Amino acid sequence: MALSEQDVLAGLAELVNDETGIATDAVQMEKSFTDDLDIDSISMMTIVVNAEDKFGVKIPDEKVKDLITVADAVNYITGNQA
Amino acid sequence: MKQLKQTEPVSYSRIYSLGASRGDLAVTNDDIAGPIDSSDEWIRQRTGVITRVRASEERSLMDMAVEASKEAIEKAGIDPSDIDAVILATISFPYLTPSGASLLSELVGARGAAAYDISAACAGYCYGIAQADSLVRSGTAKYVLVVGGEKLSDFISPTDRSISFLLGDGAGAAIVGPSDHPGISKTVWGSDGSHWDKVGMTGSIIDFRDNKTEWPTLIQEGQSVFRWAVWEMVKVAKQALEESGLGPEDLSALVTHQANMRIIDEFAKQLGLPESVVIARDVADTGNTSAASIPLAMHRLLAESQVSSGGYALEIGFGAGLAYAAQVVELP
Repeated sequence: MALSEQDVLAGLAELVNDETGIATDAVQMEKSFTDDLDIDSISMMTIVVNAEDKFGVKIPDEKVKDLITVADAVNYITGNQA
Repeated sequence: MKQLKQTEPVSYSRIYSLGASRGDLAVTNDDIAGPIDSSDEWIRQRTGVITRVRASEERSLMDMAVEASKEAIEKAGIDPSDIDAVILATISFPYLTPSGASLLSELVGARGAAAYDISAACAGYCYGIAQADSLVRSGTAKYVLVVGGEKLSDFISPTDRSISFLLGDGAGAAIVGPSDHPGISKTVWGSDGSHWDKVGMTGSIIDFRDNKTEWPTLIQEGQSVFRWAVWEMVKVAKQALEESGLGPEDLSALVTHQANMRIIDEFAKQLGLPESVVIARDVADTGNTSAASIPLAMHRLLAESQVSSGGYALEIGFGAGLAYAAQVVELP
């Protein structure tokens, strides 16, 4: 069953917290992964791979660079769920 | 009709000894951070590298390869004239031809040995060990000198933020020979040419000749390489372990290509080895030396008594190609 945007945001926030220690409530839709959350490219890739597992969505390498904000990632995942 | 004669196979092979030689300059993060608009803190945190060793102008790749080889030959207790094959794994020997291995064989006293270079980037040394294992066990060679040697500093750009700042210079050598017990497990190896463009050079030497590019230097797409190096290569490591007949608890050490500490950390986490297994982390002080990184890291573990001879190490090299190779070896 497809997850809601809120569920995906919550799940993504958990993955960010697991990888970086950033508090889940800091992971908000308008935040930029690099500029606001200071997540580097390697941590970002770990989060992406874990998100693929968690949400059952493929996120190819060439797509990762387009995921600039949390909203970009949430919308991509929500829109590509099976 | 007369029957063709083939070689008599030998049951087992092992690594007899290792030798190591590093660049003579310890280059700190502060030394190189300026042109890449970075800092010591950032580089340490994001890559785990504190210093990288680089060779001065007077110290060539061949100098380091000879030094490492001589140590390995002496420790193996063999005469260099008994070496039947010399394999140099490198991406930075500055001549297309003749091979670095042919010169190396002359300089270490192994005149007459079969000699050839392997270009398999950071998988080069493990490719070389696979070759040596096959040569020895097929009866084609008795002793094989395998060297992973690089002077990557000849091919880096000080302003490149993708890979140059990680890279170092050095050479690691191994003598492989016959054994009365198994010392090298089946190599799991391969390549993925669909990612040929993920790690490589900024241009070819023909491009340089024709003034289409500056001097070609090393470059990579770090994020893609990280994903492959961890999640795809962990599968290869698990397969190599299975082929060896051992379980994770039987290993003394994990020696991955020393690409950067983040890859090593995530790799070790994904592999889920027990705490008793020592993880090689030479990259912190040596940097990423491509084909030299695995023998240098293994040599260091032994020299510092972090592991003992006779234990088993899972070694895995992976990099440009993309190419990879893994095997479990008995520590010399």
